[in-house]
Amino acid sequence: MSEYIRNLSIIAHIDHGKSTLADRLMEHTGAVTEREMREQLLDTMDLERERGITIKAQSVRLTHEYHGHEYQINLIDTPGHVDFSYEVSRSLAACDGAILLVDAAQGAQAQTLANAYLAIEAGLEIVPVINKIDLPSADPAAASAEIAAILGGDPADVLAVSAKTGQGISELLDRIIERIPKPSGDVDAPLRALVFDSYFDTYRGVVCSIRVVDGRIRKGEQVLFMATNDKHAANELAVSTPWILPVDQLRAGDVGLLITGVKHIDQIRVGDTVTLVSNPASEPLEGYDEPRPMVFSGLFPSDGDDFERLREALEKLQLNDASLIWEPETSRALGFGFRVGFLGLLHMEIVRERLEREYNLDLVSTAPSVAYRVTLTDDSVIEIRSPQDLPHLTSVAQLEEPYVRAMILAPSEYIGTIMDLVQSRRGTMHHMQYLTPERVELIYELPLAEVVFDFFDHLKSRTRGYASLDYEPTGYRVSDLVKVDILLAGLPVDAFSTITHRAKAVQYGKGMVETLRELIPRQMFDVPIQAAIGGNIISRETVKARRKDVLAKCYGGDISRKRKLLEKQKEGKKRMKMVGAVEVPQEAFVAALRVDTSDR
Amino acid sequence: MMTSPPPQLRPDSPELADQAGEWRSAYVHIPFCARVCPYCDFAVVEGQENLIDRYVAALLAEVSMADDWDTLDAVFIGGGTPSQVSPALIGSILEALDAKFGLVGGVEVSMEANPEDITAESSRGYRTAGVNRLSMGVQSFDDIVLTALGRQHTGRQALQAIEDAHADFERLSIDLIYGDPTETEASWDRTLDSALAAGTDHISAYSLTVERGTPLSRAVAAGAPAPDDDVQADRWERAAERLSERMIRYEVSNYATADPCKYNLATWAQGEYVAFGLGAHGHRNGTRTRNVRRLDRYMETIEAGQPPIAGETVGSDWDRELERLMLGLRRTAGVVTGVGGRRLLERHPEFVDAGIIEHRDGRIVVVKPLLTDTVIREVLAVPAQE
Ligand SMILES: Nc1nc2c(ncn2[C@@H]2O[C@H](COP(=O)(O)OP(=O)(O)OP(=O)(O)O)[C@@H](O)[C@H]2O)c(=O)[nH]1
Ligand SMILES: C[S@@+](CC[C@H](N)C(=O)[O-])C[C@H]1O[C@@H](n2cnc3c(N)ncnc32)[C@H](O)[C@@H]1O
Ligand code: SF4
Ligand SMILES: [Mg+2]
Repeated sequence: MSEYIRNLSIIAHIDHGKSTLADRLMEHTGAVTEREMREQLLDTMDLERERGITIKAQSVRLTHEYHGHEYQINLIDTPGHVDFSYEVSRSLAACDGAILLVDAAQGAQAQTLANAYLAIEAGLEIVPVINKIDLPSADPAAASAEIAAILGGDPADVLAVSAKTGQGISELLDRIIERIPKPSGDVDAPLRALVFDSYFDTYRGVVCSIRVVDGRIRKGEQVLFMATNDKHAANELAVSTPWILPVDQLRAGDVGLLITGVKHIDQIRVGDTVTLVSNPASEPLEGYDEPRPMVFSGLFPSDGDDFERLREALEKLQLNDASLIWEPETSRALGFGFRVGFLGLLHMEIVRERLEREYNLDLVSTAPSVAYRVTLTDDSVIEIRSPQDLPHLTSVAQLEEPYVRAMILAPSEYIGTIMDLVQSRRGTMHHMQYLTPERVELIYELPLAEVVFDFFDHLKSRTRGYASLDYEPTGYRVSDLVKVDILLAGLPVDAFSTITHRAKAVQYGKGMVETLRELIPRQMFDVPIQAAIGGNIISRETVKARRKDVLAKCYGGDISRKRKLLEKQKEGKKRMKMVGAVEVPQEAFVAALRVDTSDR
Repeated sequence: MMTSPPPQLRPDSPELADQAGEWRSAYVHIPFCARVCPYCDFAVVEGQENLIDRYVAALLAEVSMADDWDTLDAVFIGGGTPSQVSPALIGSILEALDAKFGLVGGVEVSMEANPEDITAESSRGYRTAGVNRLSMGVQSFDDIVLTALGRQHTGRQALQAIEDAHADFERLSIDLIYGDPTETEASWDRTLDSALAAGTDHISAYSLTVERGTPLSRAVAAGAPAPDDDVQADRWERAAERLSERMIRYEVSNYATADPCKYNLATWAQGEYVAFGLGAHGHRNGTRTRNVRRLDRYMETIEAGQPPIAGETVGSDWDRELERLMLGLRRTAGVVTGVGGRRLLERHPEFVDAGIIEHRDGRIVVVKPLLTDTVIREVLAVPAQE
């Protein structure tokens, strides 16, 4: 009965202990045995375990007895990093409530606020919890006060737990049952199930995570995906406990897995509604907003023959990462590839690594760029996602760049230094509010391009790690932008072009030329590197021709060894890209990320 | 069987370079060193002189175990430090080689020696034992550089050793190392002056190489100054200029007045050689073999009646073709173009355009020897089929 079901997500700022709390909840409810337990069990991807962060939301079904009844709790552990907030909103759409977790030693941080607002907007019941109370530096009273201030409740209402020691976990389970409403759907209505995630399994094909809102679905029934209008058989149904457990049916309120044997990836769309062919629903559920990529970068196969494999890999990965978008891109320097949109730099890094690892590709990426809006002299407006697409300036009437509303939470002593940083990034203050006397929330308007790359690193170093940041797009604004081109051996290299604010162009051009001089190895001839704005050279350096490239000796004893050495060096060179006659190492294409244009 | 080249051929002549592929040689390795130098990655041991007798016995056994072969045109006793071994034992090794394979009349027998070991007496001893060409590891005549290189002799001692050896050896070579960070341009010039004045008929001048796994490489990794490529290029050019006053450069690092080192010339011509001793590499019937590199294992294996081979590589015909180019291109005489060379020229016209190689008289010649490996790296990547 759906009366005994609770669907919720755990949301929090990064590292506040969501996955560890999920461990304790699984352990406490007997979902996993002591032997099966390991830290952050739901972080199953290699990348998640290596980096110690959650990238993908994961759901798990728990059972908990409360007042003589067995309850089914469908729990979703979500990521905390700002780049993956799309993952959080999708998870929330499958839930009726959320645990808002705050590290008692750190207090509320930017994503605490941002995720709390997401949950409130989604109309969810929020259970406030402070974590890590076992830490000597924990300040439960302050953290509870902050949470209460954000949610507008009573600090005494905030539950205190330690996901490390297990303290407070059984109270939390009871609190979940008491506070979070039962699912509201109607078992007798026609089936409506929301596809909130999916992945591609080599043997099973596409596997969908669904939340059944109304009705029920039985194994073997014919289902209809309402947006794509595709019909398939529900070959298998399962729940994650967290081990995959086959079931015969899923009912309103349930969260589970649907396997239809679909091999064609484009037939599945996250956010779609599944209904029954025999008794279809008339209206689909409200789906998801399209994700809004923040940055775009080119992804090119190192080996041009892998272009099609890269396309397939992107399609498969998109099933598991609904925020991914891309379009084909051609570069004179790098050949055929894709312009891919990302939610931020971490997302970009993760996608690239997943493509390389899970699909065995070797990729070259180009420096990320935001999308600009260009009004042409004929009044038409285009959006460009790559600096190389900027039309010639004679046909450009106006350039606009995206702005964001940035929220910074920091101890109030750092207000001055944060102001300085924001000003050097062309930002303006919008709003300031004290959460508590010690902690302040600052709201700024900033160009996205000034925030999305290294802003957070600078913010952290200026505030000794105490500030946190969240941002959301607010639209485009006219801006005095110029394109900086880079020429290698006299020829412009499309993949190196960047659009930047005029005031920073020279500094940027110089930085880029210096960085490239360090990255590009010496060649058979001198390689001049120049930065230019509209034909004017603003900076120049030269990689001097290599003078010595010969082993001192090669005698009877070393022949095989020297040969191997030279062959290995040649392998290393193969990974370089030929730009005209110049060999350019792959990391040079993201050199722009190393250029620091903040005021020093 | 070929006999020794007629003396009128220049050391860098193509005829000599190509002929050398037909010569038969033997390489004998002596791993013992009084002190191991920080830059050295040869098969060497320090402080094990008590094992010399047993080692030489193992060597002799290894020689007798070998398959029969042609008579030898050249023998090279290298190290390590062969001059740690007494003339009598060196003589026994040469006798064993003669008994097993036979040595041609006029056979060249080279031996490496450290200056501190060479006296009038020891020099005489090695000459009498059958060595007729001595190669001395002088490295530098500048004591600052010698200390930096961790050497056990001084420049004066080296001069004395050369003088003593000259009494017995008409054919005498000295090894030099340039480009150590403590070496200045003036110091290198003085070393070249002294080397020329010493009047030997052969000089090898090597750029100091940071070999992986050596104490030098660890020091550099920890922040010690590393040799600089541009400085080494300057030094190479300086050596080429100065030494050419009296000598002819016939390989990237080697100069001779008249006779090059036959054994080395043979290896660059992809010639075949038998090899004995610790870590020694041989080349016979298209197969390259290598001996074990641990001293106790080497001796125990032989004492158990087994050949001390650690591994062997048999290359395909194409591998051998590329190897022929790789070795031959190091010589001033260049290499016969062949299939591999033609492919190289087709695939990499830029080398000719940039004036790094020349193609003439059916040969490819690297005319900018400092960039030899830029070419060889591409040679090794030429595919068997287009
Ligand atoms: N002392 C203590 N450490 C905790 C507690 N809960 C979590 N941690 C530690 O905090 C770190 C982050 O924990 P995670 O569970 O990975 O945090 P998360 O919120 O899932 O992080 P993301 O998924 O990356 O946003 C880990 O090192 C945990 O061991 C706690 O109650 N006490
Ligand atoms: C194998 S050593 C044996 C000679 C003898 N033991 C000696 O050192 O005098 C032969 C020569 O190789 C050269 N050599 C050894 N290691 C070197 C290195 N890392 N870089 C440049 N030359 C090196 C030295 O010139 C040395 O004389
Ligand atoms: S350079 Fe010569 S003396 Fe020094 S360790 Fe190597 S072989 Fe021995
Ligand atoms: Mg996590």
